[in-house]
Amino acid sequence: MTKYRINKTRFIDQTKTVSFTFDSKEYHGFEGDTLASALLSNGIHLVGRSFKYHRPRGIMSCGSEEPNAICQINDNTDFTEPNVRITEIELYEGLKASSQNCWPNLNFDIGGINNLISPFIPAGFYYKTFMWPKSFWKKIYEPLIRLSAGLGKSPTQPDPDIYDHKHEHCDVLVIGGGISGIISAKIAAKNNLKTILIDDKKILGGSTIYQNNKNFIIDNQKSNEWLMNEISELERLDNLIIKTRTSLAAFHSYNYLLAKENISDHLPLDKKNGGIRQRLWKIRADKVIVAAGAIERPLIFNNNDRPGIILANSVKKYLDFYGVSSGLNNIIFTNNDSAYETAVSLFEKGISVKIIDIRKKSSSNIVKDAEDLGIEIYWNSTVVNTFGYKKIKSIEIMNLSEDGSNVTGNKHKIQCDCLSISGGWTPMVHMHTQSGGKLDFREIDQVFVPSEKSENHINVGSCNGDFELEEIVKNTNNKVKKFLNINESVFDKISVSCSKELEKKNIWLLPNTISEGKTKSFIDFQNDSTAKDIKLALREGFKSIEHVKRYTTTGMATDQGKLSNMHALGIIADTAGVKMGTLGTTTFRPPFTPLTFGAIVGRSVGKFFDVLRKTSIHEWHVQNNAKFENVGQWKRPWYYPINNENLHDAVQRESKTARDSAGILDASTLGKIDIQGSDASEFLNRVYTNAWSKLGIGKCRYGLMLNEDGMVYDDGVTTRLDENHYLMTTTTGGAANVLSKLEDYLQTEWRELDVYLTSVTDHYSTASICGPNSKKILKKLFPNKDFSDEAFPHMSYQDAIIDKIECRIMRISFTGELSYEINIESKYGRSLWENCIKAGEEYKITPYGTETMHLLRAEKGFIIVGQDTDGTMTPIDLQMDWIVSKKKYDFIGKRSLYRSDTIKEDRKQLVGLLTDDPNEILEEGAQIVSELDKKPVKMIGHVTSSYFSPNLNKSIALAVVKGGKKMKGQKLFVPMENKNINVTVSDFIFLDKENKRINA
Amino acid sequence: MFVINCPYCGERDQSEFSCGGEAHIVRPKQPTELSDDEWAEYLFMRKNIKGVQFERWNHAHGCRKWFNMVRDTSNDKIHAVYKMGEKPPVI
Repeated sequence: MTKYRINKTRFIDQTKTVSFTFDSKEYHGFEGDTLASALLSNGIHLVGRSFKYHRPRGIMSCGSEEPNAICQINDNTDFTEPNVRITEIELYEGLKASSQNCWPNLNFDIGGINNLISPFIPAGFYYKTFMWPKSFWKKIYEPLIRLSAGLGKSPTQPDPDIYDHKHEHCDVLVIGGGISGIISAKIAAKNNLKTILIDDKKILGGSTIYQNNKNFIIDNQKSNEWLMNEISELERLDNLIIKTRTSLAAFHSYNYLLAKENISDHLPLDKKNGGIRQRLWKIRADKVIVAAGAIERPLIFNNNDRPGIILANSVKKYLDFYGVSSGLNNIIFTNNDSAYETAVSLFEKGISVKIIDIRKKSSSNIVKDAEDLGIEIYWNSTVVNTFGYKKIKSIEIMNLSEDGSNVTGNKHKIQCDCLSISGGWTPMVHMHTQSGGKLDFREIDQVFVPSEKSENHINVGSCNGDFELEEIVKNTNNKVKKFLNINESVFDKISVSCSKELEKKNIWLLPNTISEGKTKSFIDFQNDSTAKDIKLALREGFKSIEHVKRYTTTGMATDQGKLSNMHALGIIADTAGVKMGTLGTTTFRPPFTPLTFGAIVGRSVGKFFDVLRKTSIHEWHVQNNAKFENVGQWKRPWYYPINNENLHDAVQRESKTARDSAGILDASTLGKIDIQGSDASEFLNRVYTNAWSKLGIGKCRYGLMLNEDGMVYDDGVTTRLDENHYLMTTTTGGAANVLSKLEDYLQTEWRELDVYLTSVTDHYSTASICGPNSKKILKKLFPNKDFSDEAFPHMSYQDAIIDKIECRIMRISFTGELSYEINIESKYGRSLWENCIKAGEEYKITPYGTETMHLLRAEKGFIIVGQDTDGTMTPIDLQMDWIVSKKKYDFIGKRSLYRSDTIKEDRKQLVGLLTDDPNEILEEGAQIVSELDKKPVKMIGHVTSSYFSPNLNKSIALAVVKGGKKMKGQKLFVPMENKNINVTVSDFIFLDKENKRINA
Repeated sequence: MFVINCPYCGERDQSEFSCGGEAHIVRPKQPTELSDDEWAEYLFMRKNIKGVQFERWNHAHGCRKWFNMVRDTSNDKIHAVYKMGEKPPVI
């Protein structure tokens, strides 16, 4: 045992030694230790440097509220993680931890110079200083600030760990496994309610589990003994699930809660075995009982941040739970009774301890005990300064004036190696407020307590402002019974006795002889904001607590101000001379403690990030060397390079072959909606801009769909399969949205229509064969069919059979070539495709991808919705007036086509662009201007599609240009980074204006 | 995240639903008769009340049915859920 491991406890197995390193030096602890308790047992207090002033900092608490003791673990491995709270890391063999925010090392840190110049870097320093000259920002200020920003190092490699999500439902969720949580869980589970109890620690019991003081008695047992028995009984309850190492992250409305369970964080790297690291529980609970406890407050005095200054109850936990004394010469500085428990505990173990109390007296049992034991108590006193750079060595104390606003008398210096501080307790109201609950301010002990009653959750124990053991036990029992509608509980007849605090006193900022400007009274330890900073913010005119918080960064560090927010509020209230309850609080936002990104994302990483959709022909594309592009969730062949062709060469070849002989495209991804019902024709009349009533059975028609605002929404060919039966196709990316939109109209506006919609996108595979030889290929595939223009004209469909399987052939074209699309049940898609390829072999049929498809349609001036349109284009803007019915009384978006805005003549309109140099290819998205000299240069449009056409042997582009319809022949410019490209506005149909090829 | 009682499927997580904005805005029967201002009123103007609001919701990842819902936007309390075509309840 080391010098500081002075006590044997049931929670630490002192037969099992665990070795670990801190800043590369090896130390030993025991099984059951946290990194904090193990370091303290080795006499190590200094564990990090503060963020702004680089002051030496030590361990200050024993839990998730820790502001100072954060470290980097497993540095230089893929598992490394910054800003982990030393107080929460369970010790394991081989753990590697290192200090942060110091260089070259923790003991000698160059950044410590900031401490010396601290008078010159007050709150708002960065906002005030780095304003000018403007030119300094990018090259000097920003890199400088970035260098000093942040704590720890981000991992540079992908996270090798696995994370998991799980849904859970229960009748009652109890948050917190302290005494009130355990009582609540037992009452609920014993009454046949499915109950979950979660606690962030490994061992249940909260602070009562190490409460061995004789003043705290339940049913004639010390409270820790009583609770120990209760916990072992809990494990026998069938209805109860106990989740330890699980911290509540968020409490959303309707009792939807997120909790993070640490599954393997406490295991050595070689024992993790590739298992799940953390699991995020998504819990929907009928009732929630919050028993989150309270956090001890620090006291705010000059130099209150030195290593060795620790919260009093944490000192008690290190002693009575871990068996470690934080110091051998202790001073306790308090404004309340709870710190006396620590004093008595230390004294009983033979450790030197003195008490400084800002109160004039206290007449409770526990204080009497301390006096009886002969512990020296300095009443009505305050600490005015502390000494010791890397660890506290001594303190100076003075008497308080009558009203506590000043100090009087002489300074008195006392030696110590640990200063335990206690400023009272703050109820953890985070969960309550996250769920929408409000708070009341309680004057007597200066705490915010939950107010509004909710039907779905209650707060019990110290998070509800019940601090004394007797009221905790009794109130919890009564509240839970009422909440769960239970008449009797096993705790009804329980007897509790405890020491009761009768004298209370609170001073948010303790007085000093030195002027405030020269003190360093830290409020937010992690972000280095002091009382002086808060007062400066107030002097500079900040009034709202939310503004002061952001200006001084108080409460904005990784600990989210668990220790600092109350003091900031108190000092603001005192300085501004207002009542604290009227100030409100800053917002408590989830998560309660930082969550890993891994836990948030869960399994949705890598190939599970999004759904991946493949056509039934996909494997053939892979085998034939296709390069793919993502279109929505679909993987579509982009191009098929042969012999290391690049994109350009492959597309040029594919495009040329498709127009000269034959090409084949996998068009299975196009959205397909089956439309049936006696009003199907009327329905299409209403959703498309053109007329549908007279479309004959067996015919196809292209349709354009608008939004109600008149803007183009989607397009596609719809085929009339029968009197009351249509098959609509949509764009690949728009399929789901189109279906939703159509359903919306059918279910809400046009409920009188007899129409039924079914998505059949995945049901059919589509092979689209185009080119002058396509008819010959079709003839080979369907020898019995008459493909003459008379028997099978353009824009018609016929049923057919291939290999005994029924299919549909549509003669439609998106390339301007003679073209057929064959639809077949998906499972036969691959075999159909291979038949087509085989039949096309003698014509050198080329499979082509989306890039060639885009090029071919651009040559013909066919738009792609979403590429040439962007939600601000009407059919008139696209020069598609021909498809807008003048006769129809109404269709979606019709009225909007003659709003004052949509009839403006200078709207952006679709045009063709030809570069003066036919080999120059414009960049898609490039801006277009009409004048180069006049500055600022006015943008009048942009390029939407641009290709080099092998069939025309020149570059072509589609663009939208303001007033473009009337600009044909006009010269415009496309300014690029290092040159201006001259272009001429042209017709947007570049090839085969007469549409001869369609019947070639 | 609230729980919505779909009139066709029962209680489900909010994540299964999508909100379609203000309810009971009827598409004009004769849009061509309307002035630009009147059409714009239908097209663009939506209330965004802090308090009780009548909304359209769609069980997008469920039965895909649209229905109406009365929700207090200040605390997400759902007062009523009713089918399309049914009269809005008095809240």
